[in-house]
Amino acid sequence: MPLDVYLNVVVAGILTGLVYGLMALGLSVIFGVVRVVNFAHGEMMSIAMYLAVVLFASFGLDPLLMLVPIAAVMFAFGYLLQAGLINPFITRPEHSQFLLLVALAIIIVNALLLIFGPDARTVQTSYAYDSFQLGPLLVDASKAYAGGAAIAFAAALFAFFRYSRVGTAIRACADNYTGALVIGLDVKRLYALTFGLGAACVGAAGSMMTLIVDVTPIIGPTYTLLAFVIVITGGLGSMAGALLGGILIGLTEALAGLVFTPSAKSMFAFAILVLVLLFRPQGLLGQRLS
Amino acid sequence: MSAAWLARFSGGAWRRIFVLLALLLAVLLAAPWIVNDYLLTVLIVILYSAFTGQAWNIMMGFAGQLSLGHALYAGLGAYVAAVLFVDFGIGPWLGFLAAVPAAAACGAIIGFLAFRFGVAGVYFAILTIAFAEFARIGFDHIAAVNASAGLFLPVRQVAHNDVWHLRGDPTMFYYVILAATVVAFILCRLLLESRLGYFWRAIREDEEAARAAGVPTFRCKMYAVMISAALTSFAGVFYAFFYNNLFPEQVFNIGRSIEMILGPIIGGIGTLFGPILGAFVLTGLAESLNSIMAAFGLSMPGATQVFYGVCLLVVIVALPEGVWPPLARRLGLFKEWP
Repeated sequence: MPLDVYLNVVVAGILTGLVYGLMALGLSVIFGVVRVVNFAHGEMMSIAMYLAVVLFASFGLDPLLMLVPIAAVMFAFGYLLQAGLINPFITRPEHSQFLLLVALAIIIVNALLLIFGPDARTVQTSYAYDSFQLGPLLVDASKAYAGGAAIAFAAALFAFFRYSRVGTAIRACADNYTGALVIGLDVKRLYALTFGLGAACVGAAGSMMTLIVDVTPIIGPTYTLLAFVIVITGGLGSMAGALLGGILIGLTEALAGLVFTPSAKSMFAFAILVLVLLFRPQGLLGQRLS
Repeated sequence: MSAAWLARFSGGAWRRIFVLLALLLAVLLAAPWIVNDYLLTVLIVILYSAFTGQAWNIMMGFAGQLSLGHALYAGLGAYVAAVLFVDFGIGPWLGFLAAVPAAAACGAIIGFLAFRFGVAGVYFAILTIAFAEFARIGFDHIAAVNASAGLFLPVRQVAHNDVWHLRGDPTMFYYVILAATVVAFILCRLLLESRLGYFWRAIREDEEAARAAGVPTFRCKMYAVMISAALTSFAGVFYAFFYNNLFPEQVFNIGRSIEMILGPIIGGIGTLFGPILGAFVLTGLAESLNSIMAAFGLSMPGATQVFYGVCLLVVIVALPEGVWPPLARRLGLFKEWP
């Protein structure tokens, strides 16, 4: 195969990987602060995707423009979820939290099935078949917009955690739970905010994902697994690691789809996960496990 | 010694537990004469999940190692026995003898890699998912087992129930899985009361402290994975011969792993009655919801599952320990049968 085919696939893989990375960033932020593994992450992603599809089908609203509103809706969803349901579970054992979120995942998948039926939905934008010519490269316009928006959203989140007072307070909770309580932080509210922010990442990523793939109700578990693979590859709790992991997995999937067969592509993602867990369990950019 | 032993077994709690067990077993033994074919199939599903739950519980409930990839061991057992039967005409019981080392070896590899490298907790759970998913996609591409097109076992009309070849009517399958569940129950009780069982519980409560006290933690955790995997592989063999078809997408699906662990968690993790009770509660709930929907002539895909999820949520929120521990306390059995 000529080199430019590979180059095109590499670029497409990186752009899709950025959206994956944003989704995984949500999972990473939630785990890094709240210490709860969100087993309903992909299912929340599918809610966001359906929101984007419905807004487009009913009002012709472009998913790219709807990115912020959908992220806001998902923020509210995540906030309420943490405040109402998950906060009482933060002191319970891991398997108990796991079960809570699995139950939630079952409800979401089947509620979507009930409302939208089993058929795949898609968004047909006017620029769905456009592409940019960059020398020998042919970049898919949808993927370029999606990747760019993912970077912008992630950058905004980085800035929030780095520079805002609330962001600093959230990082304090993540560093030292007891310490945060001692200095008078409202940890439960900050946890709810964090879960909301994680859900907002998923909202933005889901909205953009509709530009790239179709959505079905049963797509949720696939994305949950994908988010795990990415986050653990990059390092659970590391924000930059999530993006790096997303790019790596997006790239792996794209290349494996080209070189081998598309149906085997996630096998390579899992192979990477296994290797990382064995040789660098803290992930590529994670801190050492205690 | 004998006086203390006698006193222990004639104590109130023991009498109550024997009565309870005898009653349960009597009802289950008599069930095929009482219930219709549909309910018998439901009972088979219940006992199947009680069995797999019991097997999973060895790892999580006893030794504290959360596995979310147990579909891998069941799937391996199913495929090993099915391939031996389809390609070489070797019966399921000999197939089971081959499935056990296969599943145990697979568990040993995962355990060895994880425990050597200090992969624990959530990381370990996700490693087990990764291996199961790896197997799912891998088997989807192995031509020798017919890849994603699925492996089918020849169905043969038999005049008599043939337990040796696992060919017969649902009643036979029912008794096979009932026997397996009883064996698993007894095995788990023996394990839990053994030296190894105490080591496991020490590891579950505090691994560092256990190691400091001289418990060989690595070896004990390896035993837990291997025993749990070996036991689970029997469920796979049963699955293969009961359903007669195997699709990687089905048997290795993460959904299977999650189904396996819901029962013991709902019933009470680390308890012996938990997996059985949980299986009855969950499958009973799902089936009664289906019947209610059918009775009202409603057919909405997803509705039953949504309600099921909500019920699950309520149980988790209301009963953090699961169903059995509070029940056992009420019955005054908690001390001997926690």
